[in-house]
Amino acid sequence: MKPALQISDLDAAYGSVQVLRKAYLTVPAGKVTSLLGANGAGKTTMLRAISNVLVKASGRIELEGESILGMPTDRIVKRGVAHVPDGRGTLAHMTVRENLRLGAYARRDREIDADMERMLGYFPRLKERFHQQAGTLSGGEQQMLAISRALMLRPRLLILDEPSFGLAPKVVREIFDILGAITTESSISVLLVEQNASLALALSDRACLLEMGEVVIEGPAQELRDDDRVRRAYLGT
Amino acid sequence: MNTLVRAMHARALQTGRRGASLIRPAAWLIALAAAAVPFFLGDYQAFQCAQLLILAIALLGLNVLTGYTGQISLGHGAFFALGAYFSVVLMGHAAVPYWLAIPLAALLCFGCGLLFGWPALRLEGPYLALITFALAVAVPTLLKHDALSFWTGGVQGISIDRDPPPAFWHLGLDHWLYLLCLAWAVLLFWAVNNLVRSRVGRALVAIRESGVAASAMGINRPLYAALAFGISALITGTAGALSALAAQFVSPDSFPPFLSISFLVGLVVGGVARPAGPVIGAVFLYAMPKVAEDVSKGAPWAIYGITLLLVVYLMPNGLSGIFDRFKR
Amino acid sequence: MEELLHQLSAGFSSGCIYACLALSLVLIYQATGHVNFAQGEMATFATYVASVLLGLGLPYWVAFAGAVAVAFAGGMLVQVVLVRPVQKAPVLSAVAVYIGLLVIFNSVAGWIWGFMSRDFPSPFASWNGIGGSYISGHSLGVLAVTLCVMTAVALFFRLTTVGLAMRAAAVNPLSSSLLGIPVARTLALGWGMAAAVGAVSGILAAPILYLDPNMMGGLLLYGFAGALLGGISNPWGAALGGVLVGLIENLAGAYLVGTELKLLLALALIVGVLLFKPHGLFGLRTVSRV
Repeated sequence: MKPALQISDLDAAYGSVQVLRKAYLTVPAGKVTSLLGANGAGKTTMLRAISNVLVKASGRIELEGESILGMPTDRIVKRGVAHVPDGRGTLAHMTVRENLRLGAYARRDREIDADMERMLGYFPRLKERFHQQAGTLSGGEQQMLAISRALMLRPRLLILDEPSFGLAPKVVREIFDILGAITTESSISVLLVEQNASLALALSDRACLLEMGEVVIEGPAQELRDDDRVRRAYLGT
Repeated sequence: MNTLVRAMHARALQTGRRGASLIRPAAWLIALAAAAVPFFLGDYQAFQCAQLLILAIALLGLNVLTGYTGQISLGHGAFFALGAYFSVVLMGHAAVPYWLAIPLAALLCFGCGLLFGWPALRLEGPYLALITFALAVAVPTLLKHDALSFWTGGVQGISIDRDPPPAFWHLGLDHWLYLLCLAWAVLLFWAVNNLVRSRVGRALVAIRESGVAASAMGINRPLYAALAFGISALITGTAGALSALAAQFVSPDSFPPFLSISFLVGLVVGGVARPAGPVIGAVFLYAMPKVAEDVSKGAPWAIYGITLLLVVYLMPNGLSGIFDRFKR
Repeated sequence: MEELLHQLSAGFSSGCIYACLALSLVLIYQATGHVNFAQGEMATFATYVASVLLGLGLPYWVAFAGAVAVAFAGGMLVQVVLVRPVQKAPVLSAVAVYIGLLVIFNSVAGWIWGFMSRDFPSPFASWNGIGGSYISGHSLGVLAVTLCVMTAVALFFRLTTVGLAMRAAAVNPLSSSLLGIPVARTLALGWGMAAAVGAVSGILAAPILYLDPNMMGGLLLYGFAGALLGGISNPWGAALGGVLVGLIENLAGAYLVGTELKLLLALALIVGVLLFKPHGLFGLRTVSRV
């Protein structure tokens, strides 16, 4: 089975400043893959390169075998890539309902309302706040909204950029439990960027470690869990 | 700090000032020479140079508010008008000598600016633009009104006589006016330059860059924003007072709402938040209509518009951005 | 009493025109997050196009549709060519562009068609008004058209997906593009719509104000004031604001301060409102994070 995402030889730059160098990554279909690294290592840049926003990239990026490098973002989304950016990207001035509706913007089928009900089932707190402005939700609730909005697309690939950022551990656990349930139920592939390495590795099948824009290790999650460098620098053991 | 911010930082460091060794003194020499030349020219040319300086001072005031504090004002013509009227009223009704009337009018404008700015700057973006434009419309209308005509001369306006220059001055009335304008210009440009580098200046720039963050950093945004308005009004008001002196006449029709728009046009074309911006903008505003009016009646404004667009797309730092290349 | 009714109806009538202009300002704001100061001049230009089409002998509503279509296309073109480059630039650059456009449209209109005012017909002249001279046929027509336009726009933004997408793209283009919204095309569409609505307001205003390049100049301030009074993020509110401004202006002029100061009084009232309700009477308070 083709991998959900195959990246190789990826160079990415903001203007004249090179951020990623010959990066590579494989996201196997139906599995969770983590992208790890310290602040500034280039994780968000890699995600932006996949969705073709803000950054100039060259190399190979293939979604289920089809090249999406440099494709206009709206077409990448139509091919089933849902990207939750860092900072959640919720539309603060619009209601929860409107946010969710826009998650399905790229869809033309008739099951959108049914899916909205399903999301509210996963995240009951959103149901309570259904007609509230998204900007008034707490950080945790906004993250739930961002994730359910992304799932409204019925994506093949779900990209999450630092979902635990700024959230209390209890809230993070709650979100990740639901996320785990969702991903085991469906055949969705997940690419997860996290600074919280132990949390990410616990959830993942495969992982990649970035340092200063270059890939240091990439392979099955267990490999990284066992690796000394990773343990010392990122797992604190 | 995420990678994007780091990249921008690196860029900024690369293009930072490096050895402005010969450029600075050369620029100063040129400026000194340019300032001295009008003393050797005829009466009318000296008068024109005085008008140019007056425009530059007016734009300097706008620069403080719009350039450094980032608050867009479509109403600075109103402070120009107020400065002119205050000084004329002081001279006419209170027999204040002209050299004192100018700073007094400026102080009054400072007060007006504070008064207007403190509530106005609680509004943002389009709301602030509307209020400032409302000011630009309101002031001439009020000045025309009969109720105030004892002070303002109503629609007709007020004429004043220019006092002769002091005994030691041998070059004539227009050259004395030029000297006066030059002195005020030097003083105000120097003051603004110091303001920008001071703590107050940095607070203003912080407000421009991000109002919310500035408040979080402990900057009393309403206070500094109102202060910026006041200082800005003071400077533009000084220009107005000088213009009244130059024209020897004020009337409400001298200060239509479009004056405020032309100030903004001039400042953007000259270069926002740059020391030379007001000067270059003034040259543009003053010289262009003289050239363009031969073409057609509506031409000057069309050229203002086109130049404005060209500057925004091609030279976002205004015409004074040309000099950036020499700094590298 | 009769005088009062007269003033009310005149105020309501001009208020409807302000409402249309306010609506086009709101559309731009909803579509792009900016206020386009050139909206009035663009509307005037479109009205001249209508006048030209009428001069060619086309029936009124064909000329109307033609001018609105030209305005729609023109608005999109302006967005793509002139506004898009400054979309991400500092606000001052965008404001400078709008002022530049204002000035250019005004001068070009004057250059092509001269500065003399000309007549413009009303399709409602044959309508019977209400109560004789209280509300003219044209006023009723203006009201009808305004209601239609307002309803269409409000429904568009609340109920259609494209409308939702437009609201999203204006405020948060990055998040919107990650949702698959073609941000650039959506913004261009918003501008086209706004220009079309502006054209409608110009064509409705011309029979009363007579067509000349400066026709909308004064109106812009009223339309702007109306939009802000009602709340610039709210189409219905802005339209209501426009009507309120029309009423206040006429009543103030007739009973309080006379025609010279009525604009000032209207502005003063609006400023007063804004100081207590900075987002207008019906605007939404948005949470802004750093």
